[in-house]
Amino acid sequence: MNPAITLATARRILTQLRHDHRTVALMAFVPTLVIILLYYVIDDQRSFGAWAPILLCVFPFLVMFLVTSIATLRERTSGTLERLMATPLGKLDLLLGYGIAFGLMACVQVAIALAVSLTWLGFDLAGPLWSLVLIALLNALLGTALGLLCSAFARSEFQAVQFMPVVMIPQLLLGGILVPRDQMATVLEWVSNVLPMSYAIEGMKVVVMNGELGGEFWRDVAIVAGSALLALVLGAATLRRRTP
Amino acid sequence: MMNLPGPAIAVRDLRVSRGGVEVLHGIDFEVPRGQVTGLLGPSGCGKTTLMRAIVGVQIVTGGEVTVLGRPAGDPSLRRSVGYSTQSPAVYRDLTVVENLRYFAAVLNAPRSDVDRVIEEVGLTDVAGQLGGTLSGGQLNRASLAVALLGSPELVVLDEPTVGLDPVLRQELWLLFQGMADRGVTLIVSSHVMDEAARCQRLIVMREGEILADDTPHDLREHTRTTDLEEAFLRLIEERTAA
Repeated sequence: MNPAITLATARRILTQLRHDHRTVALMAFVPTLVIILLYYVIDDQRSFGAWAPILLCVFPFLVMFLVTSIATLRERTSGTLERLMATPLGKLDLLLGYGIAFGLMACVQVAIALAVSLTWLGFDLAGPLWSLVLIALLNALLGTALGLLCSAFARSEFQAVQFMPVVMIPQLLLGGILVPRDQMATVLEWVSNVLPMSYAIEGMKVVVMNGELGGEFWRDVAIVAGSALLALVLGAATLRRRTP
Repeated sequence: MMNLPGPAIAVRDLRVSRGGVEVLHGIDFEVPRGQVTGLLGPSGCGKTTLMRAIVGVQIVTGGEVTVLGRPAGDPSLRRSVGYSTQSPAVYRDLTVVENLRYFAAVLNAPRSDVDRVIEEVGLTDVAGQLGGTLSGGQLNRASLAVALLGSPELVVLDEPTVGLDPVLRQELWLLFQGMADRGVTLIVSSHVMDEAARCQRLIVMREGEILADDTPHDLREHTRTTDLEEAFLRLIEERTAA
């Protein structure tokens, strides 16, 4: 690993994004628009207060997962990955480059969504702002890492997109959004216990509802960060210098 | 490593299988330093696989590939071997300059290299254009330019002159020759026979085997023809007769 190469990679990915105004606009504004829509659909300040944190959790993850899996798949199919694997670039340089670039995009995304929610929509945040940003960012990183990992198992962009519901929907259903996790069937609760999104949602609820950043909050943070790291390492293992 | 004795590339009994089929059947050859070696043969004869093995991105089933005195793919070679694939491996959503700046950073090549290689492949006029808006030939040259960044000792080019107009082709071959004169070893594949005469050495391949490994002159003598296309046919005849 070489920090100069990692940063050059992050800069390259951001430059690619800069040439693609539509993608940037979609990444930056879609979450905010959905949150605004939700606000008017629910039309009740209290329930909105419960749903908004979930969206702030889900969006960075979802968008980063999709963008990363497609972007890395493109690197694999266009031959640029093979070219990079013949250079001094380390596998982690590439993965962290994506993490940094899309992490920054996630910051922009969350910043806009938060600004609109806190001012216009009267969204109440019990905990400190940084704790919410921390959780959202870790979620974005987790999405990036899982996107990288899943793209290794996709041969085409069609397949890559299909991985989104596979990864996303079980985590949402079992994440304690629809039914509290301790009220699920035992087996489902076990599954829920090993899905990182469950902890991200829990952490986000703590930040928004009571704002007490105790041991439980930090445990959630550690689990989400650990899962992202694990997915990054597994993703690195799927990048091969030599291919058949 | 420049003055080390020995060939730039030494291949011993190289066997490669792709998709369960053996595509290289125990190949042996050496490539001398500081020359342009042409790798000729019809499409599907194993040129690309052989080049991938030399660069060290191909999983091989057997044999040895030694590049600049080290096993192919050795981390110490990643800065000294330039490689350009057959299909252009550049980012379509970056401009030519942005592409080269990125690869220069990865290779730790000086920034001035970017302008140099753009000039060398004749892309100065479109340097600020996105890859996706270039013609096939221009995109190919952008990809070739990446392989020229830094100061590689070995440059492996897979069909770099496909689809280029004759003037440009001539310019590129002069560039390759100029690099060889400075001591760089080049291995250039082509399926066009008329490019053979521009190399100092030729490796002729067919169906995963080497038919001939000679200078263009000796190849013509040996096959008693003045035309390399003819020589190729003669070599195949000899093979089937033997």
